[in-house]
Formats: sequence, structure tokens, C-alpha cells
Amino acid sequence: MTNAAAVRKPKVSHIQRKLIPSYIFLTIVSLLSVFPLFWMFTAATNTTLEVAQGKVWFGGYLIENYKNLVASQNLWQAMGNSFFYATIQTLSTLLICSLAGYGFELYHDKGKDRLFAVLLLAMMVPQVATLIPLFTMISQMKLLNTVFAFIIPGLATPFMIMMFRQNSRNFPIDTMEAARIDGLSEIGIFFRMYFPMMRSTYAASAVIVFMNAWNAYMWPRTVMKGNSVQTMPMLIANMSNGYSVDYGMLMLGVLFCSLPTILIFFLLQKQFAEGITGSVK
Amino acid sequence: MKKKKGFGLLAKQKAAGWGFLAPASILIFVMSFYPMVKAFITSLQTGPAAKLTWADPIFKNYTRMFNDRVFLTAMGNTFLYLIIQVPIMLILAILLAQLLNNRNLKFKGLFRTLIFLPCATSLVSYALIFKTLFANQGLINSILMNLGIIKENINWLGQSDTAKAVIIIALLWRWTGYNMVFFLAGLQNIEYSVYEAANIDGASGWKTFWHITVPLLRPVIVMTGIMSINGTLQLFDESVNLTNGGPANATITMSHYIYNNALGQGVANFGYASALSFVVFILVAILAFINLKVGDTRD
Repeated sequence: MTNAAAVRKPKVSHIQRKLIPSYIFLTIVSLLSVFPLFWMFTAATNTTLEVAQGKVWFGGYLIENYKNLVASQNLWQAMGNSFFYATIQTLSTLLICSLAGYGFELYHDKGKDRLFAVLLLAMMVPQVATLIPLFTMISQMKLLNTVFAFIIPGLATPFMIMMFRQNSRNFPIDTMEAARIDGLSEIGIFFRMYFPMMRSTYAASAVIVFMNAWNAYMWPRTVMKGNSVQTMPMLIANMSNGYSVDYGMLMLGVLFCSLPTILIFFLLQKQFAEGITGSVK
Repeated sequence: MKKKKGFGLLAKQKAAGWGFLAPASILIFVMSFYPMVKAFITSLQTGPAAKLTWADPIFKNYTRMFNDRVFLTAMGNTFLYLIIQVPIMLILAILLAQLLNNRNLKFKGLFRTLIFLPCATSLVSYALIFKTLFANQGLINSILMNLGIIKENINWLGQSDTAKAVIIIALLWRWTGYNMVFFLAGLQNIEYSVYEAANIDGASGWKTFWHITVPLLRPVIVMTGIMSINGTLQLFDESVNLTNGGPANATITMSHYIYNNALGQGVANFGYASALSFVVFILVAILAFINLKVGDTRD
């Protein structure tokens, strides 16, 4: 037995030695991936001069930067707005798209399959092409600067419908029949059975929709005018447009804008990766 | 009686199915397809936003763009990003996925998380981070100065070539890990024994990469390719926030230019902007189609 171990050991280290180039390459790429974010954290704690001089470690100016940021920007209003819009978007989009995915997969027939193929074409429609008609539509409906303006274009997306449709394939049709015999209505099956069983799909989708809504920029910039309805990406974009930019303060703003999504990333990484690749299994 | 009741139930179920998918379907028609039709009609019109009239000749907005220097520049920029950034990104992403798919590799989860991390930042956030890093008085310049590589600050965002390079670097940083996740998922469907067999046959790492990984990942490559083309043709946040299209429109993208035409300060050129946006739509459709065809015929 000692003999076997002695033979195996050099083999393992041989394999590891062959992997040294991989380790070096992956380490370099990892450092490059992390560095800009690490630097954002440190810059938020430094004065604008220190940032400009190339300081790459934490300083003692975080509280000053925060005071300046709150004094010059409606930081918490924008944080609140972003959070509110993204939450409403997530809840309503998930409801509408999961209902559709459920309908397309579990009640499917030729007509519905054809309709689905047509809806998929919407994936090719560029956002900038629908911008003007949608802006006109929303302003005619007198919905500018409201949460409805923010959420309406993203309520139903082919991507999310596909996500639920693909994942519905695992849903057992037999149990639907059993539930019908037990007297559950069609919508009852959706809420009482489909919803609890598809929890992991909902979680992965929620992460994606929330992140996209939090990060949205072109559309909110178009329909959410004025300080009281502005979102975090709009706030930091405006901050960087001045003549003399306070880099420490700007990076603190960027940090506030990134913090929720970074937290979600670390806490729900599995759902995040699933949400990205989920609909293309 | 009995039969009729059964039929009624089935009809009810069918109606319920349509009912479930109706809200989403109607929304997509109203929020995507109708606006596309509307955009096409608007693209044939001119005048102020409040009272658009038919253009004379009817395709005036379309012929106008061939003489529009800025639009041609924007199109050139967008294609430059597409041709340089997308292939580098996809090859790098496949390579990283391949390295991470090795069974004997340690710290796999850590590497994956760190390389995937840039996806957690919003487009505006990372654009501003890169803008600050590459500022005249920015970190990149001070590192290069301290290393003695340059003698005076490079005005990265103020010169057209370096500004383009910064946008490409930023895009690579943000999206490589994102694409890597797709390839990792794709690689997990490939039997590991294929690699072991190649290893026993003495195939080198590169050979394995080009002759096994790439062909087996073709469907994922086509999909990420389409997504990347689509995303690059619609670049907006980076152009607006990193370089503001400058210097002198050297980095402006099509979406950015269209936005400026439609809703820029003091401009509301809806007709012309719609015509330009229709060009983007057609380009997206054509390139996606070509990519699909190329992916198919290599079988």
C-alpha cells in the first residue's frame, strides 16, 4: 500500500506541474477582472487628488466623500427609485412571462407554437428602433415620469418567456390531470402547483430581471426626467459630466450603484449563472 | 350530455391556455412589433415631431444617410468594434472555459467567480470606472509613468485611436466572463472521455482545443456570436458614458448617434432617426442570419 501511494504521488504532482501555465494564465485574467472593481472600492475612500496621483490602496476620505455626495446629489432618493422600479419590474415581469411560458408549454398546440415562433422575432428588434414610437406612446398616455413608463417595455420579453417555457418541460403533466380531477381550476394549478415547483426558475429569472432593471440606462434616461424620478445609473452618469469631476466622490457614487448587483452576484451566483444560460439549455 | 361536458372542459382548458399567454403576447405586439411598423412609417416622414409630413421623395431619409459623414463614421466604428472585439472575446472565453473544465485544476470555483465578476457591474458603472482609469490624470498613466514606459501623460480618451482601443478593452473586460459561462455550460455536455482519449493519443493542448473543443461547441459559438453581434450593433451606454462619442465622433456608435438625432439636446429629428434605426434592425437581422447559416453548413 505504501508502495502504491509512493507511485501515485509523483503522478499527481506531474499533472499539477503540467497545469502551471494554466494557473498562471488564469491568475492573470482573474487579477485583471477584479482589479477595476477593487480600485473602485479604494478610490471611493480617497481624495480626488490621491485618485489622480494613482493611489491604489484604501485611504481615510470615505466619510468626506459620502458627505459631499449626499450634499450634491439626491443619492438616497435615486437608490430608493432604482430599488422600487426594479422590484416592481421584477414582480410584474415574472408574473406575465411565467404565465406565458406556462401557457405555451403545457397547453401547447400548433397555433400556440406558431405564435411563439413569431414572438421570438422580437429578439431582433433593436432597442433604439422602438425608442421613438414608445416614447411617443408613453407621453400620449401621460405616463412619463411614472413607474409604469419605466416598466412597460420590459414587462414581456421573448427571453424570459423562453426561460419559463424551456424550464416548464420538467413540469409533470400527470399531476395537472390529477389536480383537475381534484377540482382545481386552471389558474389554481398555476398558483398552487406550478409556482411552488418552479421556484428555482423564478429565483434565477428574478436575479436577471432585477439586475437588468437596476442597470437600465437608455430607456429610463428617455422617460424619467427630473431629479425626483432619476435612477442610480442616471445619477452617476450626470455626476461625471461636470467640468471638474471629484473622482473620489464619483467612485463612491459608482460604488453605491454597483453594490446591490455585486451583493446579488455573490449571494446568488448560482441563480445568476443559471439565469443567463437558463433559456438556452 | 356526458360527451358535451367533456368537450366543454377541453374547450375551457384551451381557452385557459390562450388566456395565460395573451398578456405577454399582446405586450410584445404592442411594445415591439407595432413600434417597428410605426418606426418604418416615421422613417418615411420629415418635419418637426409634432407635425410629421411625408418625405418627398419618399425615401429621402434613407438616401440622406449615405452623405451623412457622422453616420458613416458611427457605422464604421460599430463595425470596427464588432470585427476586433467580438472574435478576441469569444476565443478568449472558449480558452478560459477549456482551462477551467480540466478535472485536475484546483481553485476552479474561485477562478470562475473572479473572471465572471465583471458581469456584476452595470454598464454605466464600468464605463465610468474605465473613464476614470484612463483619464489624463488617471491610474493607467501614472503606472506607465512610474514604470518609465511613457514620459508624459497619454491623452487616452482624447485621441481617436486610443479612445477606440479603450472602448474595446472595456468591452473585453465586461463581457469575456459572461460568454465564458455559456461555454462552460456547453463543455459540461461534452463527455470528458473524449478529452482523455485525445490525451492518450498524445494530442497537444492546442490540437485538442481546435479539433475537439471548438467543433463540439459550435452551437454555443453560434449563439454567443449572435448575442455579441446584436449587442455590439446596439452599443450605447459605453459610447455615451466612456467617451461621449468623442473625440470628434471618433468613437460614437450607431445607437448613440440615433439617440442624439431623436432625443438629443434641442433636436427631435424623428423621421431621420427612425430611418437610421431601421438600418440597425436590418443589419442585426442580416448578421444573425449569416451567422446561423455559417453555423449550419459546416456540419
